[in-house]
Amino acid sequence: MAILDGKKVIIIGDRDGIPGPAIEACAKTAGADVVYSSTECFV
Amino acid sequence: MNGYPVLKGASYTLAITPDMVIHNGTTQTTEMIVNPESEYLKELPSHLRSFEDAVSYIPNQVYIGNAKPADLAATAFPFYDKKWENASRDGKYGQIMPEDEFYGLIQICDVFDLVMLEKDFAVAVKAKLAAQDLLKEDQLAVLDKNDSSEADIKALVEGEHAEPLYYDHKLVGAVKRAHDVDVNLSAHVMLENLVTKASNVLSLIELVKKAGVNPNEVDYVIDCCEEACGDMNQRGGGNFAKAAAEIAGFTHATGSDVRGFCAGPAHAMLHAAALVKAGTFKNVVVTAGGCTAKLGMNGKDHVKKGLPILEDAIAGFSVLVSADDGVNPQIRTDIIGRHTIGTGSAPQNVIGALVADPLEHAGLLMTDIDKYSPEMQNPDITKPAGAGDVPEANYKMIAALAVKKGQIARTDIANFVKDHGMTGWAPTQGHIPSGVPYIGPLREEVLAGETKRAMIIGKGSLFLGRMTNLFDGVSFVVQANDGSASAEAAGSFDEGKVKAMIGQAMREFANGLLGEE
Amino acid sequence: MDLENQKRVKDLAEKYGPENVVVLLGAAEGEAAGLAAETVTAGDPTFAGPLAGVQLGLTVYHICEDEIKAEVDPGVYDEQISMMEMVMDVDDIHNEMSSVRDEFCKYL
Repeated sequence: MAILDGKKVIIIGDRDGIPGPAIEACAKTAGADVVYSSTECFV
Repeated sequence: MNGYPVLKGASYTLAITPDMVIHNGTTQTTEMIVNPESEYLKELPSHLRSFEDAVSYIPNQVYIGNAKPADLAATAFPFYDKKWENASRDGKYGQIMPEDEFYGLIQICDVFDLVMLEKDFAVAVKAKLAAQDLLKEDQLAVLDKNDSSEADIKALVEGEHAEPLYYDHKLVGAVKRAHDVDVNLSAHVMLENLVTKASNVLSLIELVKKAGVNPNEVDYVIDCCEEACGDMNQRGGGNFAKAAAEIAGFTHATGSDVRGFCAGPAHAMLHAAALVKAGTFKNVVVTAGGCTAKLGMNGKDHVKKGLPILEDAIAGFSVLVSADDGVNPQIRTDIIGRHTIGTGSAPQNVIGALVADPLEHAGLLMTDIDKYSPEMQNPDITKPAGAGDVPEANYKMIAALAVKKGQIARTDIANFVKDHGMTGWAPTQGHIPSGVPYIGPLREEVLAGETKRAMIIGKGSLFLGRMTNLFDGVSFVVQANDGSASAEAAGSFDEGKVKAMIGQAMREFANGLLGEE
Repeated sequence: MDLENQKRVKDLAEKYGPENVVVLLGAAEGEAAGLAAETVTAGDPTFAGPLAGVQLGLTVYHICEDEIKAEVDPGVYDEQISMMEMVMDVDDIHNEMSSVRDEFCKYL
């Protein structure tokens, strides 16, 4: 069964890895319902 | 202005403040609220370094110019257990100041009678500061007004909301609030802002001392730290620039603040370069102090792994941008990378906007830049905290984009990182590591003919302010002086030549008329 | 994990039901990914935030893991993520994530 399709997805992105909006763009194509997206910065 | 604006000098300073790590770093102040009995808080004091250890720490010696970036690259990781031979608090680009002297400097920077120091402590500090030959007699005399006892200071802290200042775990001073009601003038805010001002002032004074900058010739100062000063009716009114420049004696300068989170310094450099290129000002100083909030930011991981606290310094820097003198490295105001509102956050687009696009427009390859200076955080600090090696990650991203653009092979990534990158040496003081730490060494390398072309990159996490989800960044290329200033001046307007050309054109016109008859 | 993010995760898991929620991470390194994954499954290991001692057991993946990549449009993935595959240690990230999932996820 698909992991993302139809699920409520919470995104915790990383400024030095993959930021929130980039993950969101991908997750949506997989059928995710993105309910929250943020990007963290550790430096 | 003909030619390009040049990098005429740079200064870098640190103030080692172990007591402020405990009482002012947000990791620690948060822990005191959330988990006051935690093991971390109990263990922390025994992990604080002595002033001597902080001075001989190799990344700090690189920061102030006694060691080169290449020296750090040649040092085996980790760095915290090694010392730089012949380390000194006095550096080619500035100095490293101990906490007690720094408190004295903070009081000298306070012009609203908010800072109190215990009287004997003040006497000792005045003598130490006087020996540093940084300040004028009337500035040092500010320390003479201290007549408080430790009990007086304690009363202020306990009864009047003053922020305590500790030295070697002893209460030696306090910062009062500037207003009884306005939270923007609370003792906490005043302390934070005075620390930023004092660390900024230190770097400006060292710019004069070590880089030979004439304070009377500076006409504009731009501050680019990440703090705000104001009151409840104008919370971020600002102008740390003039406040600091005043103490440093830049009498003929005005100034303003530029803010951009960590990209602030790179933006400020663009502003300075544009002001000079336009001829509006001849000598613009870009400057910033550090902050108390980030002290011990990754302390929990450092203590857990048995490391000393490595985030024990308040940093500052200053750079002088001047009109083209035909000698110093030029800022190519026409090779500017910019992360725009439409760029988006995909790493490919970010690096494309900051690095690949401006180079492509200038007809350059990514391999034509000898050295890139993105965020130069010291990996000794970030790796144990799970944040990786930030400069290296940036270099890998630049290399990866070069692969995507077909400029290098995938197997060349490691070599690209080695050849065009550097090992990070700057403390995790936010805006401080962002591109600018390399300006001092770069200038020297260019003047020595070792480096021809470099790119300074600043990146900022705007989303931290909760006003936008956008990322941000700007970059600029620095090159060895190409002589374009004098060349243009020499060939600019030759009257004789122009008259001859007009004469010739009129003869041809006349012949043409005769021919038509 | 940022305290505000911990709070959002907790509130949203409650609102939608933990079995209907998936957390997607973008951490740059294995260690950071593992720490974030542990926070939304076994509880905040640093005991600093709202998820301290709270075992949500949520399904959590990193965007670069093969299982997730397989569900994403390849063109969008290429545009948004592919360059980082040359930068990040995806295997290390996957190993950290798998071990957290195996031990703490309740809804797989």
